[in-house]
Amino acid sequence: MNKSLRIGSPRELEAWRNLLTTNFDPNKTTITVCAGTGCRACGCKPVYRAFKEVIAKEGMAKEVELKATGCHGFCERGPLVVIRPSGIFYQRVKPADVKLIWDQTIIGGHTVKKLLYRDPATAEIIQQEVEIPFYKKQKRLIFEKNGYMDPFSIDDYIRLGGYESVVKALTTMQPEQIIEEVKRSGLRGRGGGGFLTGRKWASCRKAPGTPKYIICNADEGDPGAFMDRSLLEGNPHAVIEGMIIGAYAIGGSEGFVYVRNEYPLAVKTLNKALADCYECGLLGDNILGSGFSFDIEISRGGGAFVCGESTALMASLEGKVGEPRAKYIHTVEQGLWDKPSNLNNVETWANVPLIIEHGADWFASIGTEHSKGTKVFALTGKINNTGLVEVPMGITLREILYDIGGGVPGNKRFKAVQTGGPSGGTLIVETSQRDIHDSLVAHGDIREEEEARSLLDLPVDFDELTRAGSMMGSGGMIVMDEDSCMVDVARYFLSFLQEESCGKCIPCREGIAVMLEILNKISAGHGTLADIEQLELLSQGIIDTSLCQLGGSAPNPVLSTIRYFRQEYIAHVVDKTCPAGVCKELVSHAIDESCTGCHACVKPCPTNAIIGEPKQLHYIKQDDCIQCGACFQICRFDSIKRVKRGSGDALQEKARKLWQSGAGKKTPAAV
Amino acid sequence: MAMTKTTPVAAKAAGHEEDEYYDLPAIVKSIVKRYSAKPTALIMILQDVQRHYRYLPEAALRQVSEEMNLPMAQIYGVATFYRAFSLKPKGKNHVCVCTGTACHVRQASVIVDKLERELGINAGETTPDGQVSLETVNCLGACALGPLVTANDVYYGNMTVSKTDKMLSDIRAGNLKADEEDEL
Repeated sequence: MNKSLRIGSPRELEAWRNLLTTNFDPNKTTITVCAGTGCRACGCKPVYRAFKEVIAKEGMAKEVELKATGCHGFCERGPLVVIRPSGIFYQRVKPADVKLIWDQTIIGGHTVKKLLYRDPATAEIIQQEVEIPFYKKQKRLIFEKNGYMDPFSIDDYIRLGGYESVVKALTTMQPEQIIEEVKRSGLRGRGGGGFLTGRKWASCRKAPGTPKYIICNADEGDPGAFMDRSLLEGNPHAVIEGMIIGAYAIGGSEGFVYVRNEYPLAVKTLNKALADCYECGLLGDNILGSGFSFDIEISRGGGAFVCGESTALMASLEGKVGEPRAKYIHTVEQGLWDKPSNLNNVETWANVPLIIEHGADWFASIGTEHSKGTKVFALTGKINNTGLVEVPMGITLREILYDIGGGVPGNKRFKAVQTGGPSGGTLIVETSQRDIHDSLVAHGDIREEEEARSLLDLPVDFDELTRAGSMMGSGGMIVMDEDSCMVDVARYFLSFLQEESCGKCIPCREGIAVMLEILNKISAGHGTLADIEQLELLSQGIIDTSLCQLGGSAPNPVLSTIRYFRQEYIAHVVDKTCPAGVCKELVSHAIDESCTGCHACVKPCPTNAIIGEPKQLHYIKQDDCIQCGACFQICRFDSIKRVKRGSGDALQEKARKLWQSGAGKKTPAAV
Repeated sequence: MAMTKTTPVAAKAAGHEEDEYYDLPAIVKSIVKRYSAKPTALIMILQDVQRHYRYLPEAALRQVSEEMNLPMAQIYGVATFYRAFSLKPKGKNHVCVCTGTACHVRQASVIVDKLERELGINAGETTPDGQVSLETVNCLGACALGPLVTANDVYYGNMTVSKTDKMLSDIRAGNLKADEEDEL
């Protein structure tokens, strides 16, 4: 950025953009390295440095540009390198590959075949980023600029059309007009609740009192959701631009971004972006000569899940303990320091410039009747293509999980998908007809069957997810296969919520604890059928009487798993088994006849419970085994089985007999 | 509840330099000044104190209370409410297992069990020699690498029981250094 440049009018911003565009050569070879947290974790830094070295050594800095960008979304295949303008997409790039890419692609103009993406389904090798199935079905609007800009460079953002919406809003639109536009667009809050953004803005504008506060909720606490972080890390200006427009429309003068301290990179990109904005006059007094002034400050959160709740977040912003309060006084009227406050989530703010730029009609043309635009999901768990996906509302689960996600690894069976984080629900995805039948008998509800079958084709939007017993939440989507136990999943979320409950109201503090106790009992094999009913009863009480939505939605993981996987609960309480083999107290580890005698499981066993000579059948001394699962994890031949507690010896005895008869033993070649 | 009493001796036992501890008034003062003693910044001030000492010493909290003119009750309330703060000294090395949902379904609990066994402590505790703290975190957001463990901010992805042995020996050898440079 030109340091002396302070923009005092829209015309000067235009001149700056023109200058940037003139100086930009679209045909110049650019090597973009994804530098999102996912790629950093799998080693993009050494790759970037290797490129830097090559460029310096070859003296090609003028001809070739190197750019570290925000998250490209395809975390599974990181570190990612995209060569532009050709769009060649390299995946899982190691520092050692850099020389090859340089020689063959940058100099030679050919592709490096071994680094290209190979579609696991068709074995087809794909060269272009946009052609990869993972990207093909996505509609990347919010993340569009991510792969093209350096998040630390305001120049990049401006060149790509950044802050044009601020100009349009400040110079050609009245505040009421903007609110009307956002209302008409149908944009709903992306943080979880799904409240109409335009309506919220209108109430805040109407509320008496000054100053009015504009808050960005970047306290992304849901485990398994990282879209807000990626957005702040990749394109912080989009969020700032949305906040400026919102502040102008609402009449706000001070803004806060409440961001998790666990996101140090997001804090850095945001800090840089804010500093740049202040320097060039896009924040502060008299923005672009419009007479409108607005400030934004960063506040780093202390890592409490409950602070994602608006009233708790505001308490935390005031420097207090993050406890929520009753909602009958709306925060749009009395929020931060009892002043009118408008809080929206990161993704919601990032949508605003798009709506102003392209218009409400354009935005409303994407999505379903009551859910407009796109939604970013963090697709994780037992799925081939882990990553961030941005899809139009109304896309089916099938498209997300199979077409984009590429299905479940290792020929396992899809079981469930969990949406909405700890407050959301677990939805059945695929199950055998027998399971559904059992569930129906237990439920006595025939509609349940139809629902259960059709969930894979469920259109994903706010209302459909709620109807199915889950919620949109912030957009975490965790895929589970047949090895995941639904009782354990419910227990996991409840123990998370029990820890994160602020303790202010009794239903949440005590209710969740009691429910967790019951679930622990069930997973230890001491549960009864009455416990399942008790869980349902307690759930209703907690939902009805909790102070905030943390408590109000806490029973969701339990209710949804009981709704769709009642037979699994029954297996735990009646048959005392854990069908998925996860609940430790209910399983035994045992070795079957497929053992090759590779001996790999012996050393990791912490209790020396595994006995066997190399190339001989091994067995687990049942009395010594603590069910830690270390051997299960290490076995490459799937020979270690998790069976019903107490039946391990029977399986091993059978294996011994088969080995003695020669039937189970692998031929040496197979070993 | 009585506050954890931290003496310079205890701080030394936990591997903190004595002089670092005695510099406390000046250090706290400069941190508070960084944020102009604004009450809004209390959480960030405590974060910075914790980054310096790897925990929140009682003396530092008292000093913050004085400098910011806020009641000790509020400071203590905030220091004990948020998960990020610790009133007990942390170890020199920091092992953190991600137990986010994606890591959980990929068997992160097996890794936690293994580390607890190897280190002889429970998650949330520090080894008696002050060398290693073991913690769990709700999500690190690198779900593609799950189960994920960080040791002194170095990422260990797709963690297995056998890889934990390697990680622990890295720690013991003391050659673990995170690549902290943000500028790539």
